[in-house]
Amino acid sequence: MRTLKDQTVIAGIGQTEFSKASGRSELQLAAEAAKAAIADAGMTPADIDGLVTFTQDSNDELLLMRSLGIPEVRFWSRTPHGGAGAHSTILHAALAVNSGTANAVLVYRAFNERSGRRFGQPNATSTPPGWNWYLPYGLDTPAKTYSLGFQRYMSQYGLTNADFGRYSVVARKHAANNPNAWFYQRPISLDDHQNSRWIVEPILRLLDCCQESDGGVAIVVTSEERARDLPNPSARIAAVADGHTIHGNVMFNYYHPDLTRFPEAEFLARQLYAMAGIGPDDISAAMLYENFSPIVFLQLEALGFCKPGEARDFIADGNIELGGKVPVNTHGGLLGEAYIHGVNNIIEGVRQIRGTSVNQVPSAEHVMVAGGRSGLILGRI
Amino acid sequence: MPRVIPPVPDADDRAFWDGVADDRLLLQRCADCRVVQHPPSPMCPQCQSVDREWFEVSGRGSVYSWIQSHHPTAPDEKPRIVALIDLDEGARIVSNLDGIDLDAVEPGLPVEVFFAEVDGTKLPQFRPVNHG
Repeated sequence: MRTLKDQTVIAGIGQTEFSKASGRSELQLAAEAAKAAIADAGMTPADIDGLVTFTQDSNDELLLMRSLGIPEVRFWSRTPHGGAGAHSTILHAALAVNSGTANAVLVYRAFNERSGRRFGQPNATSTPPGWNWYLPYGLDTPAKTYSLGFQRYMSQYGLTNADFGRYSVVARKHAANNPNAWFYQRPISLDDHQNSRWIVEPILRLLDCCQESDGGVAIVVTSEERARDLPNPSARIAAVADGHTIHGNVMFNYYHPDLTRFPEAEFLARQLYAMAGIGPDDISAAMLYENFSPIVFLQLEALGFCKPGEARDFIADGNIELGGKVPVNTHGGLLGEAYIHGVNNIIEGVRQIRGTSVNQVPSAEHVMVAGGRSGLILGRI
Repeated sequence: MPRVIPPVPDADDRAFWDGVADDRLLLQRCADCRVVQHPPSPMCPQCQSVDREWFEVSGRGSVYSWIQSHHPTAPDEKPRIVALIDLDEGARIVSNLDGIDLDAVEPGLPVEVFFAEVDGTKLPQFRPVNHG
């Protein structure tokens, strides 16, 4: 079967600073991140002929073109839903390049998610289609919505909130060494975690939650052939896929029989490993979307790094730290670095492949970047 | 009182909310193959029929999972327990638990439906079976 394996690369990555108040428009953040990514790819704006972002992104493609000075675009696309689908942008870009529809596709995501519209605040002004079943009962924030599923995982395997805190401590430890991270040089202890306030009792405390951030991230996807002429090392896209299952909602799927599992991520993992021709033991590091710490546990199990119910011990035994079996979120993740809707995880994956991460994993051959419902495996050229 | 975001019934779920107004818990099923679908949808996912019908259920079920709903910047006056309830008829539904403390809830707890005005919005709610 013909697949996308090894046909395309990430040739350039760029970002703005990550902050709590950028002081400029989301369009400017997108343009600045894009400018940096295009330069990193050794290209000029005229080389870009495709654009992909989230449906949720506020930045109009035509306005971004005239800000950056991209004269002609032959392909654009948007991908639905939130950060669990962040990597779908790379799938669209890779498809466009591999089909010959575009030569170099710019993926971007930029927002003022702290100083502008905050995702974590209840929005009582409207009820989107399909939400009559949740909002009236009080499920009006992502933290509550996700926690209703996480609670079953905790009760099934006997976890407490302190078990989740052990992930938060690792994320902040990695962030503490990352000058890009909002929490640079600010590690936490498990006591700090346990002393932070409840957000959703008895599931999530404040330090289980991702940050709210302002910032922009951009990525240039092009062909493996084109990458040979570029100045900086590219990261090969060894596999990329979406993974959706029936009865899901943008943030959850309460209707799986067993909520201690993450069937979307299991479906995703099957596709990614089959396409790349490798397995979980071949993964050098993993960047896993974590709006909330428990989702890391579910993903570690779904992606095959440990068995169902084993994530607590897997994490407690140091396997996700530098030097461990599969270091996770070496930039600090969305808890420690910033919440740029998961797209900042992709550029950390590229840094690991290039060997330029501040928390570099020695000889990283393959890096998993996944968000439960979309993901990719990056490899060296 | 809790700050309730009221439902906005549409063509696909109005029958459910009409049932709530009459103190009846209704679920949707396929008129052809009888598969129950909650949340409802305009087409049967098993046989693709658009002949949908509504039937009243016992309102009995058990607790699958639960949280306390309490937001630091927009607090409910009295925090509500939000739960996933597995109804005896086979569907899973989100609702609130009343008449029980957060610490006393456990997986599989038998519950039954009742109907209440919550912050001016009538909703199905659940309480432990044999509730005083």
